[in-house]
Amino acid sequence: MDILTLLVTIPLLTVVALMFAKDFKQARVVAAIGMGLQFVQSVYLVFAYLGERANGNTATMVFTKSYMWFKALNIHYDVGVDGISVAMILLTGIVTLAGVFISWQVENMSKEFFISLIILAMGVFGFFISLDLFTMFLFYEVAVIPMYLLIGIWGSGPKEYSAMKLTLMLMGGSAFLLVGLLGIYFNSAPDGGALTFNILEIAKHNIPIEAQRFFFPFTFVGFGVLGALFPFHTWSPDGHASAPTAVSMLHAGVLMKLGGYGAFRVAMYLMPEAAAEMSWIFIILTSISVIYGAFGAIAQKDLKYINAYSSVSHCGLVLFAVLMINKTSFNGAILQMLSHGLMTALFFGLIGMLYGRTHTRDVYKMGGLMKVLPFISAVYVIAGLASLGLPGLSGFVAEMTIFVGAFQHDELFYRIATIVSISAIVVTAVYILRVVGLMLMGPLKNEQYKDLPRALWFEKVGAVLLIIPIMGIGMAPLWLSDMINASLIPMMEKFFQ
Amino acid sequence: MDFSYTIWIPLIPFLAFFLVGLAGNNKSPKIWGLISTGAIAVSAVLSYMTAWRYLFQVGKVEETYQKIIAFNTTWLTFTDKLHIDMGVLLDPISVMMLVVVSTVSLMVHIYSLGYMKGDPGFYRFFAFLSLFSFSMFGLVLATNLFQMYIFWELVGVSSFLLIGFYYYKDSAVAAAKKAFIVTRFADLGFLIGILIVSYLTGTFDFQTLTDPNGAAMTQGAGVAFLGLSTMTWALILIFMGGAGKSAMFPLHIWLPDAMEGPTPVSALIHAATMVVAGVYLVARLFPLYYTAAPFALEVVAVVGGFTSLFAAIIACTQTDIKRVLAFSTMSQLGYMMLALGVSGYGGHDGLGYMASMFHLFTHAMFKALLFLGAGSIIHAVHSNFMGDMGGLRKYMPITHITFLIACLAISGIPPFSGFFSKDEILAAALHHSTFFFVIEYLVAGLTAFYMFRLYFGIFWGTDRKYEHTPHESPLTMAVPLLILALASMTTGFIPFNDFVTSDGHAFHTHIDWTVAGASIAIAVIGIVAAYFFYKQKNDLPDKAANTFGAFYRWSYDKFYVDEVYMFVTKSILFGIISKSVAWFDRHIVDGFMNLLGRMTAGFSERIKGIQSGRVQQYAFAFVAGVVALVLIFAYLKG
Repeated sequence: MDILTLLVTIPLLTVVALMFAKDFKQARVVAAIGMGLQFVQSVYLVFAYLGERANGNTATMVFTKSYMWFKALNIHYDVGVDGISVAMILLTGIVTLAGVFISWQVENMSKEFFISLIILAMGVFGFFISLDLFTMFLFYEVAVIPMYLLIGIWGSGPKEYSAMKLTLMLMGGSAFLLVGLLGIYFNSAPDGGALTFNILEIAKHNIPIEAQRFFFPFTFVGFGVLGALFPFHTWSPDGHASAPTAVSMLHAGVLMKLGGYGAFRVAMYLMPEAAAEMSWIFIILTSISVIYGAFGAIAQKDLKYINAYSSVSHCGLVLFAVLMINKTSFNGAILQMLSHGLMTALFFGLIGMLYGRTHTRDVYKMGGLMKVLPFISAVYVIAGLASLGLPGLSGFVAEMTIFVGAFQHDELFYRIATIVSISAIVVTAVYILRVVGLMLMGPLKNEQYKDLPRALWFEKVGAVLLIIPIMGIGMAPLWLSDMINASLIPMMEKFFQ
Repeated sequence: MDFSYTIWIPLIPFLAFFLVGLAGNNKSPKIWGLISTGAIAVSAVLSYMTAWRYLFQVGKVEETYQKIIAFNTTWLTFTDKLHIDMGVLLDPISVMMLVVVSTVSLMVHIYSLGYMKGDPGFYRFFAFLSLFSFSMFGLVLATNLFQMYIFWELVGVSSFLLIGFYYYKDSAVAAAKKAFIVTRFADLGFLIGILIVSYLTGTFDFQTLTDPNGAAMTQGAGVAFLGLSTMTWALILIFMGGAGKSAMFPLHIWLPDAMEGPTPVSALIHAATMVVAGVYLVARLFPLYYTAAPFALEVVAVVGGFTSLFAAIIACTQTDIKRVLAFSTMSQLGYMMLALGVSGYGGHDGLGYMASMFHLFTHAMFKALLFLGAGSIIHAVHSNFMGDMGGLRKYMPITHITFLIACLAISGIPPFSGFFSKDEILAAALHHSTFFFVIEYLVAGLTAFYMFRLYFGIFWGTDRKYEHTPHESPLTMAVPLLILALASMTTGFIPFNDFVTSDGHAFHTHIDWTVAGASIAIAVIGIVAAYFFYKQKNDLPDKAANTFGAFYRWSYDKFYVDEVYMFVTKSILFGIISKSVAWFDRHIVDGFMNLLGRMTAGFSERIKGIQSGRVQQYAFAFVAGVVALVLIFAYLKG
């Protein structure tokens, strides 16, 4: 079996194995082994990919495989990866494994929990390897559906409402998306010939401009809903607040990335003319997202709400960078997705650990936790510093790449939008330090918290799994940035042919 | 000659940071302190060696100091032209800064071994100190604007961590947050400035940017925005970053509060090294400022001059000794900025530039000494307030003598170091305009007054009732005091005009005795005034306070700048903007989504009666439909 198909097969086998698990102890071990293998595979894929490139393979996508799936509509199971999808797969591998470790103590129907979680992960892996729009859409839906169960069953607070809201809004996005994808499909062969869903085939031709103008907004908004594009982001605060820890991690860490990735790979790549024409509208919306999310975060007192608004701001920056149509800012968008995925997963993991101990997420009720929970607090500070873009951690690399890239535009409009977005770095510092100051520092506010249990081994493993790449990208970003850059060439050719 | 070993100057403290930060524990705290101190000692030796070799052996080619790139590697690529490099740039000012940073840092490390003894966060403290030393070295050695920005942020976060070192105290947390956010706001300007400069010139590289014959000097001058060229705007924005770090008005409010950190930290970060980064930044880009944006340089001079006066006035009324020193630092930084602002380029015209760097150097020594002395005093009497001190000269002879030396140095009494550097600054100011000279001249008098107010108040005056008799500090604390005192006495004789000049050429300078005489006179007046006010307890200070009335009150309350900031952040940003964004999001944006959901549900509620399941109803609808269609067709046909 080829290496890419293995990426969806292993989760599937893990799910099958989980069905036979007798109790929650067996279930979590099975899940950890399965996702551990998956993690090893995604690391291996990076090396295999770099080796393939070093051997002189210059194809747009490598490790490609194609099987006819539904002949009447020319739907294939087409897989292949470039530097960008390899990076996203690595992110998914890391976050999923960390998520399994952090859910180590889910005892309530843990078998079903892990099954849903791993199906979700499988959808995400499948999405990133797909080259066929239909297969891609299928995997997308596979990832979204378990979310409803995960929040509705294992969630907290108004979980039914949140689960329903999240699912409906994402389904609404899917509806837009489906229209967009079908539009692309029916215009995929303007010179006659067979219609196709294959991205590489479609990219060889130019979709007629009228069709682009009509279908680009559908596709972009469809993906944008998942990427928390203002004003379609409101599923995010409620959804995250009710979701169990690992689900928030996976959702904010990787699922939201499907939005940015899809907007980039499908909407922008296949409809470049319309993208260039209409980008200004969406640049305004995403600039609003960036600032608005940051200000929204200041006023919240629930940790998960703070982080959800922070995600609106950071993911807004991803879409902002994608719209800048510039090699450097494209690179920055991918880096920002990776960086945000890692640090937001870390945040949600830590929030879960804190909530498990204090049974509250209200920052005003905590205080002085640094002394009681040194490991969790120190990691929280590191995650916070990454989030506010401190050099040496991943956020800085991503943000600076975006800002420098976006600022190279000759038109003043783009540079002003960039300056507006840059000013969010101050607001980010405010809400991050506010939380750190209120929650971790100062005198211990609640005497009951004096003897809270310190971090357990599996929590430490989960956190360290995420910190290492955050610091790694932050200190030595060149290899990653170069790998992404090399894969941007086809995209740039499409824009500036 | 190969200088590539200089990369180890920052890297050794960095390794120490990782080692101590990860492996450190409280079982044997001393070892971790010694590891950190050992690391900085190695860096210090390397720094001195580099300075010696650069200044006396290889730096000069044809009578001019050259910029040497000792090490360079690409860290991140943006575009074909723009990339962030990490490297080591050696030139007179970076070499001078190496000496300053390593000396003060080493002294502070040794001092802290005694000062922080027994603190539960002992190893954490040294880990942060190592992180700071690494970042500061990286900053001064930067080869390009972006490297500088990176380390700029890193010194900022080290400062944040160290101010908030006593994180269980609310005041320390507030101060740390304030310091980070205010400087972050200033850095926003710095970053935008960098982006504009790189957009105009296509490079971050210092060597290209400051080449007097380079293209950077003329680019961007043509495009105007609000009457100033784009380059001028960019350089003003970059200066905004520098003003934030160097606590220039109105971005100064974080520095006095930063005194919440442990005193050795105040000496290292908030007096001698990090706060001069802003001055260093302007000096680094000086040729660009001078040639491409003279207006921006004028801004630097005005801001510097105003800050020096403003801070000196406040310093006269404060009662917390660390805060007096903090405002004094601000005032002296204002001096350095002003000197850069009034400077010309090349030869004797560059007097201000040389004077600024000279003062930076001497100030680092005597101000670090003052802070460490203050630390020694606080260690002995367990209070920061002047009111709790008095008559300490009997108990703490070493602290007393070294503190006196530092006070004389900062007041500008010959032959102590401050005299020489301040004299050059006054001469440069006079050369530029009488207005700046008069301001700085007044500030010199105020400086002498508030420093000796402190000195007499602490070491003379009436004995207080101490809980236990104050005693001299241990040797680890006394030795750094003595070494820095020696430096404060001797560094004034270094011929800076031979080494650090705006264009790398040495030039001749001599002491202008009219200026020097006048500055000595006003310093003596300040000291004598302080003598009468504070040597013995009397009612003169109260009388003076009453005479000045409201003005005294304003000065004591720091002219209410903090309150203005408080209003803007608390009421406007938090209260109005954030709250309304949050409300808008919940009620309008999300409200619309919920409305959509409810409307869908309501609509299906209305029409669900159609799917009743009753066959008669369906048959009726079917027949009625057929009849209606038939009628319509008949009508259309007919």
